[in-house]
Amino acid sequence: MTGASVNTGNNRIAGKGRLSPAKTVTFTFDGKSYNALEGDTLASALLANGIHLTGRSFKYHRPRGILGAGPEEPNALIDISRDSARRQPNVRATCQEVFDGMKASSQNRFPTLEFDVGAVNDFMGRFFPAGFYYKTFMWPTQAWLKLYEPVIRRAAGLGDSPTEADPDHYANRFAHCEVLVIGAGAAGLMAAKTAAQSGKRVVLVDENAEMGGSLLSDSRVSIDGKSGPEWAEVVVSELHAMDNVTVLPRTTAFGYYNHNMVTLVERVTEHMNNPDPELPRERMWQVRAGKVILATGAIERHIVFPDNDRPGIMMASAAGTYLNQFGVGVGSNVAVYTSSDSAWQVAFDLTEAGVNVPAIVDLRDDIDEKLIAEAGKLGIRVLKGHCVVGTKGRLRVKSIEVEPVNGVSKETIAVDCLLMSGGWTPSIHLFSQSRGRVKFDDATGSFLPDVYTEDCVSVGCCNGTFDMKEAIAEAADAAASAVGGDKGAVPEISNASSMQGYKIGSTKGAGPDDFTKAFVDFQNDVTAKDIRLAVREGFQSIEHVKRYTTNGMASDQGKMSNMHGLAIAAEMLDKPIPEVGLTTFRSPYTPVTFGALVEHNKGELFDVTRRTPMHSWHEDKGAVFEDVGNWKRAWYYPKPGEDMHAAVNRECKATRESAGIFDASTLGKIEVVGPDAVKFMNMMYTNPWDKLGVGRLRYGIMCREDGFIYDDGVVARLAEDRFHVTTTTGGAPRVLNMMEDYLQTEFPEWKVWLTSTSEQWAVIAVQGPKAREIIEPLVEGIDLSTDNQPHMSVAHGKICGVTTRLMRMSFTGETGYEINVPADYGQQVWEAIYAQGEPMGLTPYGTEAMHVMRAEKGYIIVGQDTDGTVTPHDANVGWAIGKKKTDFVGIKGLKRPDLVAEGRRQLVGLKTIDPKVVLEEGAQIVDDPNHPIPMPMIGFVTSSYWSECLGHSIAMAIIENGHNRMGETIHIPMPDEIIKAEICSPVFYDPDGAKVNG
Amino acid sequence: MLLIYCPYCEEYLPEIEFHCEGEAHIERPANMAELSDEEFEKFFFIRENQKGIVFERWRHIHGCGRFFNVVRHSVSDKIIMTYKAGEPRPELTDEQIAAALPPAKSTPANEAVWTVDKEKAQ
Repeated sequence: MTGASVNTGNNRIAGKGRLSPAKTVTFTFDGKSYNALEGDTLASALLANGIHLTGRSFKYHRPRGILGAGPEEPNALIDISRDSARRQPNVRATCQEVFDGMKASSQNRFPTLEFDVGAVNDFMGRFFPAGFYYKTFMWPTQAWLKLYEPVIRRAAGLGDSPTEADPDHYANRFAHCEVLVIGAGAAGLMAAKTAAQSGKRVVLVDENAEMGGSLLSDSRVSIDGKSGPEWAEVVVSELHAMDNVTVLPRTTAFGYYNHNMVTLVERVTEHMNNPDPELPRERMWQVRAGKVILATGAIERHIVFPDNDRPGIMMASAAGTYLNQFGVGVGSNVAVYTSSDSAWQVAFDLTEAGVNVPAIVDLRDDIDEKLIAEAGKLGIRVLKGHCVVGTKGRLRVKSIEVEPVNGVSKETIAVDCLLMSGGWTPSIHLFSQSRGRVKFDDATGSFLPDVYTEDCVSVGCCNGTFDMKEAIAEAADAAASAVGGDKGAVPEISNASSMQGYKIGSTKGAGPDDFTKAFVDFQNDVTAKDIRLAVREGFQSIEHVKRYTTNGMASDQGKMSNMHGLAIAAEMLDKPIPEVGLTTFRSPYTPVTFGALVEHNKGELFDVTRRTPMHSWHEDKGAVFEDVGNWKRAWYYPKPGEDMHAAVNRECKATRESAGIFDASTLGKIEVVGPDAVKFMNMMYTNPWDKLGVGRLRYGIMCREDGFIYDDGVVARLAEDRFHVTTTTGGAPRVLNMMEDYLQTEFPEWKVWLTSTSEQWAVIAVQGPKAREIIEPLVEGIDLSTDNQPHMSVAHGKICGVTTRLMRMSFTGETGYEINVPADYGQQVWEAIYAQGEPMGLTPYGTEAMHVMRAEKGYIIVGQDTDGTVTPHDANVGWAIGKKKTDFVGIKGLKRPDLVAEGRRQLVGLKTIDPKVVLEEGAQIVDDPNHPIPMPMIGFVTSSYWSECLGHSIAMAIIENGHNRMGETIHIPMPDEIIKAEICSPVFYDPDGAKVNG
Repeated sequence: MLLIYCPYCEEYLPEIEFHCEGEAHIERPANMAELSDEEFEKFFFIRENQKGIVFERWRHIHGCGRFFNVVRHSVSDKIIMTYKAGEPRPELTDEQIAAALPPAKSTPANEAVWTVDKEKAQ
């Protein structure tokens, strides 16, 4: 495409702006195709094509146009898409750069932007005051869910979420620097330039594509003899060339956290025609800075007057930006309504560019003579001490009504655009997020940084320093002191524009007695009237006024509306503004996508996945896995045609009849070593350990100081001074943390060392009547006979040539071994054992069969059959408490009155009267099912399974006074029936333990 | 996110490497089995949890693994000092306390109006 022949909008003004007419792109808005220049924002491209109307308002569905030119934009929220999966709603048209092929659509309108049926709300406006929804849709409660909320949500709202998964990726980076400069306007560039000369690490960020801030749209200022944009270009290119400086355009600093941690989001590809798929769409930065220099500038305030929201009514500074930066005239007949000097410059620029400015309406009587003189020279009519009291025009402003502030003579002026300026609000968002304290400044009518909490400094407009000369000097000083260097030469500045003068609160025609809509918050449709109503209805705190009216609660977070809302509330409360206070600024400064926050942490990378050494074997055998903490554990191994139930039944049966093989590698393992190891074990566990012989195992219970079960596991004594402790799969980290805590902080003089060995050992459980027969031929150096290695003993030797800690123990109730081998050999040993045992019926079983078999034996699982309020006595393991011990963790807790009281909830077995019925885990238990609701609940089911081996269902439950209620019948009410069950011993299988010892 | 000086590693490191382990300087009684219920309550349940300067235990859990103590202001989140486990509770100087205090309220700005009214009411 050649630029010369392409029309990029009839409102382009030749010779103005910084974009090259040679580079054009094509995009669509609501299905219609338009041309734009490369570097245009969507807003500048639409305005160039004469489009102001971009959306419908949130509540009243009023037509709305582009209001600003920056991130504060409340109106022009657009749905942007690259393709069907890359669609993003609520994008500010003023921040989105146009790329070739971009599809932009307006939001919150039906059927079209020009004719929207929701606009009926506007005529009903008097029936929708602040708090309307709270007051009207009060009952019935059910209707909220089914009727009111869905309807209200559909009628009031922003864009629609994308429906497809996001195909892009996002990145994360940590950075450290001596100086972080936020904002690259005149002050920010000066600060970065000064700090960079020291050679220290400097990061400069700015949310716009091009750095320079307001300099880029300043047609008059001269800095060291250069124009504003030229000076900015030179400084930015100098900074780019320096190794110690990181320059980040299109990057928003959105959060300020403790100890100078600032989070940034860099939009990497959002502006590109054809992004490289290797590039992340956005990059999150977490920067830790020695010093943060805030040069975040100021945001222009609108003026609160009747019907101030028509398309074509916009901010004066925005019109200056569109003209000087993008070469776009926002209209052809543009009036200015202001109380600030800065808007006058825009009027002058427009006039010089050939745009007719019918009048400058200034609220003030006392205006700088130089401005008046220049207006006179350019032939612009000046209306001092006047205000705009009304506007007309449905989809675009057509005329304004002007009246003296102190007078009644109305005059109508035809316009196609009205620029407004109520002065400037310093952007103290990040300063306030850093928990700095602000102070109200009468001279600028704004809150300014006062007391600093973090190591940061505000310079330029965000510090209330509106004079560019002073701002640049302030920035140079701050940067020099941050790096302990010399500030060097401060540039000569002339012809800087004045930003003096302001108006906060409502103006004539939007007072307490006027029934007009004068918008304070454009995005949430809050009018001056709404704020007054909230105060009249008793809301005095500005935080409450904000929530009741929703002023400042939209996605722009009140960047333009907060000060006006505050001033109107203060006037109603008859209090000075500082006494009413300011609402709190919170992160993020502007909306941040979930993609940027989630960055790499999705899908496979969402969390750590832990796999056992034998994982691939389980996969090959078709195991179904379950997640246990971060572990993938084989749940069951279905054969073709088998469901879970059938597979588990087969696995249990095979284990009990011949043998089963189970991967127990996930068990937590801690090696407790040292001369004081026994003493330490005595302290940490309720059990006595002195008399446990070397080579023997014992089931240990660990409590907290309050006497409730914390963890359990089998402990092997390998030597006088060495224990191999096992913990529950999920409990390993917290058990080690608790042990370390006591060792380091209560008993630092004890000579004990703790090492996590969970991942050093693969654990292969071989269980069942044929277990010994299967492994015997593979074992060297250990006599497996019961006389030599009885139940609960450990021996060192070799299996398949690999060193092993061979433990004879059982979690199934059968003769069994848990074979610990170094993790690297896990799979080979497993395969060898399986090859040996398969002809004898050795069957792999998963965690579900393991659960069934342990429940048949009444073995508890901490966290399933206990819940943090269960003592060892309650769980039938009171025998594990050393009666003669004088101290252990939990010794006093266990003696507390409630823990020794009669009738506590205790763990028991349950047999359903109908043996085929399997109870639901977690089901509530009652004594009398005919008791009127609410029924007193006496306990709940903790574990419940079908036992194929026993031919009936089994369950464990925690029931009040359960130990003394053996044989009694209780009831489990379910939605469709009441199940009867009998309380019994939880040991259902082989109660004498003949098998386990055999 | 806090920057915490580990007294064992002798280095400032980000908060994600650490884990807070509750109030410091609560010694486990040597005669645990003989404690009265009231004494046990005091030891196990009662915590200062104050708004202001707190002494707390932290563990450099993703680093050296050591437990140590941190003196922090719970409002400003400023850390006055850190010291090794077992060292006595330090006496703080006025300067140290002043440096950790949250900024004085120069104006009621940023404070909800009710605090102003409450002060008036008193």
